[in-house]
Amino acid sequence: MYLYPKWIRAWHILNSILFIILIVTGLSMQYTGKKDYVLVVGFEEAVRWHNISAIILTINYIFFVAGNLFTRNGRYYRVKREHFFSDLFKQLKYYSWGMFHGEKHPFPVTMERKFNPLQKLSYILAMYVALPLIIISGLGLLFPEIVVKGLMGVSGMLLTDLLHITMGFFLSVFMIIHVYTCTLGKRPESLFRGMITGYHATEDHYDLED
Amino acid sequence: MKFSIFRFLILLVFTLLVSLKANGIFRVQSESINQDSAAFISPYEEDNQRCFVCHGQSKYTYKNETLGRDIKALMFSERIIRKDEYYQSNHKSFSCTDCHSSEYANFPHAGELRMEPRLNCIDCHGGDETYHFDGIEEEYKQSTHFKLEEEGFSCWECHDPHTYKISKRTSQNLKETIAYDNAICLNCHSDFDRFELLTDHEEINILKKHDWLPNQSAHMASVRCIECHTQINENLPVAHLIKPKTEAVKRCNECHSQNSMLMASLYKFESKEKRKDGFFNGIILNQSYVIGANRNEYLNFMSLIIFGGILAVIGIHVFFRINK
Repeated sequence: MYLYPKWIRAWHILNSILFIILIVTGLSMQYTGKKDYVLVVGFEEAVRWHNISAIILTINYIFFVAGNLFTRNGRYYRVKREHFFSDLFKQLKYYSWGMFHGEKHPFPVTMERKFNPLQKLSYILAMYVALPLIIISGLGLLFPEIVVKGLMGVSGMLLTDLLHITMGFFLSVFMIIHVYTCTLGKRPESLFRGMITGYHATEDHYDLED
Repeated sequence: MKFSIFRFLILLVFTLLVSLKANGIFRVQSESINQDSAAFISPYEEDNQRCFVCHGQSKYTYKNETLGRDIKALMFSERIIRKDEYYQSNHKSFSCTDCHSSEYANFPHAGELRMEPRLNCIDCHGGDETYHFDGIEEEYKQSTHFKLEEEGFSCWECHDPHTYKISKRTSQNLKETIAYDNAICLNCHSDFDRFELLTDHEEINILKKHDWLPNQSAHMASVRCIECHTQINENLPVAHLIKPKTEAVKRCNECHSQNSMLMASLYKFESKEKRKDGFFNGIILNQSYVIGANRNEYLNFMSLIIFGGILAVIGIHVFFRINK
């Protein structure tokens, strides 16, 4: 079934490339030593590429939000209050038990339901909580003059940066889990293929995607 | 649902901040700032006042005997010593004639007095143990400024003996100290008239020369010129070996790393507190935030645990997928 329209795929591939650049350069800035660089790029290069990628990511993010506002894609992110926790638990149980015991996927992918409950929650947290926070704090670090001087005796830059690196860390963790769960399709590579071709491979025995 | 997740996050951040605060993670040090010594009363007040009458401000008045009337004139700006600045300086307790000829007591001053040799720091401070002037002299002789000595460069170019005051660096007044110290360099390096007195070099645009620095103004307000332009010396309170520009520090990592160079220079007086509540080079946090230098060991540790945990869970999951 044709699940991923062109604009989603374009946004997604650009986003993923930028994520990787931002993680590598971000780690370079935070963890380079005095004598040798931990990662391939040095601090100076890392700052430059981090800034450039971050600005492109911000524009790409605005494109993503606009896409979800003005196309029907936004409906996949809507959360219903009822059965929220029980649905999450069902999905979690499937990943940790059911899928090894031949159980059916509790929330198979349809045109009306692209994400399972766990996916939906993690995508909402990543895209609508972590990403705005990392973009805003990042802008603060890019233009330090706009950051509040201090809050309760703590340097504003420190708070901004702690927020930035914490979100960066969570998004990195998100990305690793995201990439791993993407191997849970019909075949390990089918979901990756789907994100390139736009077609989601449906199958009978395990219909997992993330 | 969205709303309650949002509320939960706000609560989480708030609790975190409050607990950090309660644990004293971000203590603010309260030390007394440099004491104001404007109220100082010199034993030579009266004697000095005879000089300040004319040299204390931009205008002076003298009686022209020939014309038989009072003449008002402008004081040459290089000969003006502001009284309040003098009485706040390190040399405030001296009489003008301790260093200048007593003949200056006569007006008009004799022409040849201009030729009197000027004292140098080491003439009085040789052998001192507080500021290590001998060490400073030694460093100065190796510094790039020393080659200008024949052109007239001396200690006074940076440290005006009439107004110079040593600034005791504390976490409270650090930004002021940085501005004071940088002004010493900029006095010549951003004032071409003064710069020209000593060298034939072309005019330097300091801001352009440093435009490779990201967030230039933040850097210039948070560190001193000498951080990058001098050789660090553990035995001197302030390094005086100004290196040629080609040897200036240009690698970001010298400061932006766990063994930040700043701890041996700008923050050396307080660097005993190497770590503060888990932040490496924590003392810097009182004034600034330095990416890469202010990483936190607890956060590092926590992130490694979480990261390891995730990989372990994935590993186990893969194992069961293969062996189901």
